[in-house]
Amino acid sequence: MSIEIDHVNKRFGDFTAIDNVSLTFNDGELTALLGPSGSGKTTLLRVIAGLEQPDNGRIRFHGEDATDLHVSKRSVGFVFQHYALFKHMSVFENVAYGLRVKPRGQRPDKAVIRDKVMTLLSLVQLDWTAHRYPHQLSGGQRQRIALARALAVEPKVLLLDEPFGALDAKVRAELRRWLRRLHDDIHVTSVFVTHDQEEALEVSDRVVVMNQGRVEQDGAPERIYDYPANPFVYRFLGNVNLFHARIHNGVARIGDVALEAPEFAGYRDAPGEAYVRPHDIEVFADRHHSGALHARIELVSRVGPTVRLELRTDESAHVVHAELSRHRFQELGLVQGGEAWIRPAHSRVFLPDTELAAG
Amino acid sequence: MSSSITAVPAEAVRSARWRRATEEPVWLKRSLIGLALAFLGLFLVLPLLVVLYSAFSQGLHAWAMAVTEPDALAAIRLTLLVVAIAVPANLVFGVATAWAVAKFEFRGKSVLISIIDMPFAISPVVVGLIFVVMFGSQGWLGPWLSAHDLKVLYAVPGIVIVVVFGTLPFIARELIPLMQQQGKEEEEASLTLGASGWKTFWYVTLPNIKWGLIYGVILCNARAMGEFGAVAVVSGRIRGETNTLPLHIEVLYNEYQFTAAFAVSSLLTGLALITIVIKSLVEWHDERRARRAAH
Ligand SMILES: Nc1ncnc2c1ncn2[C@@H]1O[C@H](COP(=O)(O)OP(=O)(O)OP(=O)(O)O)[C@@H](O)[C@H]1O
Ligand SMILES: [Mg+2]
Repeated sequence: MSIEIDHVNKRFGDFTAIDNVSLTFNDGELTALLGPSGSGKTTLLRVIAGLEQPDNGRIRFHGEDATDLHVSKRSVGFVFQHYALFKHMSVFENVAYGLRVKPRGQRPDKAVIRDKVMTLLSLVQLDWTAHRYPHQLSGGQRQRIALARALAVEPKVLLLDEPFGALDAKVRAELRRWLRRLHDDIHVTSVFVTHDQEEALEVSDRVVVMNQGRVEQDGAPERIYDYPANPFVYRFLGNVNLFHARIHNGVARIGDVALEAPEFAGYRDAPGEAYVRPHDIEVFADRHHSGALHARIELVSRVGPTVRLELRTDESAHVVHAELSRHRFQELGLVQGGEAWIRPAHSRVFLPDTELAAG
Repeated sequence: MSSSITAVPAEAVRSARWRRATEEPVWLKRSLIGLALAFLGLFLVLPLLVVLYSAFSQGLHAWAMAVTEPDALAAIRLTLLVVAIAVPANLVFGVATAWAVAKFEFRGKSVLISIIDMPFAISPVVVGLIFVVMFGSQGWLGPWLSAHDLKVLYAVPGIVIVVVFGTLPFIARELIPLMQQQGKEEEEASLTLGASGWKTFWYVTLPNIKWGLIYGVILCNARAMGEFGAVAVVSGRIRGETNTLPLHIEVLYNEYQFTAAFAVSSLLTGLALITIVIKSLVEWHDERRARRAAH
């Protein structure tokens, strides 16, 4: 079922938590809602679920207006950031809850409920915990029970609020891949909130980046990563270097380096900012033929198979971060304190402090 | 790594020294405990024994006569009636108030929280007088009441009203922090799973506040049975009609029927003891649950 958010606003007092957001989540898609803390991700999810009433705007499920529909009638599965399992019920009772509270006419009989709950518990690989209580489970297990509980009522939409937020890095990585596989099996329209860009890029079909209650960019993960719509998205998705440049006739210059910026063809000698990811910085051991910046290597740190360099160029006051493979690093024979030449291989140029929706 | 290995014993030594430094000398500990026990013995246990001793000093038969005498039976009935009305009324008010305070944001919330405590802050006699002013024949509502042939003052309704007023804070006070601490996520989860508001209350909220609720009911019950000052003012002390147990005891005492007074007192004391036992059981259960939940 598709979800359509149509010009939704939500204020708390005079604070605007959701600022005129319009979005459509397509049927069967797994979307990541990404943004810094306080950007309104949870609020948006709660508005979709009906736990929060928008001040204006409409929510439509599959084209039908659901704005005034009560939470309990919306068929949304909601997985809360802190699980919100029923403390006084066993794992089995938690998962069975949604089936047991159905009105008498629609309630499946005991044996059916039992089968369904056990099937779901094996789906989340926790059938052996059926008689335990939530406090006897680990965080990751609680998370999966919360998911099984939400799935039990066969929701048309699954909303997950930082489903892996409280877990350690390894468990997170496992669980998000598991979520991806699960989604591929059951294909329910899902939206999950995260402020971890890696998580968003890895498992989702689509990423929505939010900031201060607004949508900054919306698109496929690769596209968001490779073509951030604005400096905010650039900075938010991973590390990035910022170079001050002069734009002239579609070319941005940083010292001797010339970068193509065709979208600024009409500009003459305007200030610009070039954003370059650390792995898009080419490093050379000696002066390069087609122009490069001279720099000194201030710090070398090896992180697994990659080597991270902190360099300082002659003209720049701040440090440039570069990343290259260990192999390449050894080939170049670079040393901490030594010289190097750098050149941005791939960059995006923006005008300072203006929003630019260029692709 | 080696620094953290040496840091462990150093830390342990330091905390051991601190522990010794913060520990009081043995004589001080013993005399404080002794003082507390002596105090309890003198002001709680001894009076209790006196009540029981005096109640049965003329033998079991005299005790039974005193508690089954018509006026005493009337007082027992009235007291139970008052409790049977006041406790459920309090239950409804307490749960509703705690729910509103803990789960909703609204204007005047802090004012509500502070006025809940008012019945505890005002002297019971003053509470009684307030209601005399309101319902008395010279009072605000007096003429209207008598015009409709309703009797509040010097009758059961008046007693019930002052007892309800006096016990109002018990359950709300008990539940507000509990419900605030629990937040509303579980309720929200229940709603998203398709449960109605009523089912959510019944299956999720109530089990979560059950023990706090029982505790509040016990306290409320104890106070409702023992309420004296306010009841004394509004009841008119009509023997066999508007005397609750505490008032009946006072009447007996004033008439120098000491044995009878103590016999009836032993009933109230017995009820109090039962209440304390139940309360301890609830507390014990609560603690065990809290410990379990902490894991
Ligand atoms: N009930 C509320 N009352 C007042 N302000 C609120 C309420 N709920 C959220 N806000 C405010 O709205 C803003 C957005 O909150 P929201 O919880 O949606 O952020 P978020 O993107 O989920 O952040 P996080 O990543 O930290 O969870 C925050 O500034 C928050 O303070
Ligand atoms: Mg949030």
